[in-house]
Amino acid sequence: MKNKADIVIIGAGISGCSIAYNLAKRGAKNIVVLEKSFICSGSTGACGAGFRMQWGTEMNCRMSKFSTEFFENANDILEYDGDIELRQSGYLMIADTEKELAQFRKNIEVQHACGIPSRMVSLEEAKEIVPHLNTDILSGAAYCAKDGFLNPHKTTDAFYKAAKRLGVEFYTFTEVTGIKVENGRIAGVETNKGNIETRIVVNAANGWSQGLAKLVGVELPLYSERHQILVTEPVEPMQDPMVMAFNLNLYVQQTPHGSFIMGRSDAGEPRDLRRTSSWHFLEEMAKTIDKVLPAIGKLRVVRQWAGLYNMSPDRQPIYDKVEGVEGFYVACGFSGHGFMFGPVTGTVMAEMILGLEPTIDASRLRLSRFAEGNLFTEPSVV
Amino acid sequence: MDENTIICRCSDVTLKDIRELIAQGYVTYDEIKRLTRIGMGPCQGKTCGQLVLREIANATGQNIADLSFHNIRPPVVGVKLHLIAEEAEKHEE
Repeated sequence: MKNKADIVIIGAGISGCSIAYNLAKRGAKNIVVLEKSFICSGSTGACGAGFRMQWGTEMNCRMSKFSTEFFENANDILEYDGDIELRQSGYLMIADTEKELAQFRKNIEVQHACGIPSRMVSLEEAKEIVPHLNTDILSGAAYCAKDGFLNPHKTTDAFYKAAKRLGVEFYTFTEVTGIKVENGRIAGVETNKGNIETRIVVNAANGWSQGLAKLVGVELPLYSERHQILVTEPVEPMQDPMVMAFNLNLYVQQTPHGSFIMGRSDAGEPRDLRRTSSWHFLEEMAKTIDKVLPAIGKLRVVRQWAGLYNMSPDRQPIYDKVEGVEGFYVACGFSGHGFMFGPVTGTVMAEMILGLEPTIDASRLRLSRFAEGNLFTEPSVV
Repeated sequence: MDENTIICRCSDVTLKDIRELIAQGYVTYDEIKRLTRIGMGPCQGKTCGQLVLREIANATGQNIADLSFHNIRPPVVGVKLHLIAEEAEKHEE
């Protein structure tokens, strides 16, 4: 392990790998990524594998559009020897209340202003798009054909391999135990495998980011919370888009492999780092799917798993450098959508760290917005 | 052994696929699982798991007993979702 680096990134999920790649691509040298387990072992590897542009805030619409355009060409840009399995088969957002439908209409105005090709669809059309959808319980739907599915493991692997080719060094099973600060600036990182001198640390640990920040005496306004997913046996193709509902509390899509993956939020989850499976989730998920998409209820669940959402007060990420600790950067608080924002995370953070002109203005995602009371809550999060 | 031998019957992964990943430096079961879908199908690694671990042990010189397998998660065997839903609703009545 080298004992000196220009930049140390903590966390090798989509965020850490994308930041490393984007830094190296812009000419930064001597970059190290530290990962306490294996690549993509945290939130990215446990995510729902969807990406969408149907958001309710202008910031998220712009960022997701940027990321989607990147994903469309990611195999080529990253010169990946595998396939990230991009499939733009759409997201069908379903509402069962007039209130939620009104929110969809509002969201679509924001989306159209950003050039996102989403639209309201009638229940008849929703049923054409997803024939096994129980429209009897619905009031309406919105649809964007350019949203879709992407393999999180392969996508992270593509960033990881591209970064490695550009000279980035990855140390897996290497856990950060301390961060050294001298005279108000970052001086180094201590790990269970040795110490590294550096003047720049990027905290890309998502679920574990608030714990890392405490190592330098910084309190991030974030907490982590378990979210669970289950997967069925693979079957013949029968559902093109992701079906997502905020009030009914579900998202479900059929992977290119044929299995269905589905998740929902459990109210009252404790705010900690547990990633165990619960019986309660399995029951609630089964009841929800049986009601909304009964044909999927006939399939066998083969596994459930859990990952961490890293929740911020307005459910939007933080991209910033931390005042008072020179050289300490944070890209965290993704609130459940860090995977699909991976390309934008890497771009914004690399340009910020290198002092380059920003491609995308993410200043609204500064850390100080919480202290300023300048929140802008994303309404459309499961 | 013939490298075209299927190691994972759920996801059609061959011995060659596994050996190529190990040669690239993916030497944990969890990494190989995530890149190939081995252990993600209906058998949940009950068939392929030991075979993959043995390949890793042979390639890295580690003892197979020291290698980690994926987390064991529910359910143990596949269960139809609507049956879980019906049982759950019964218990609520």
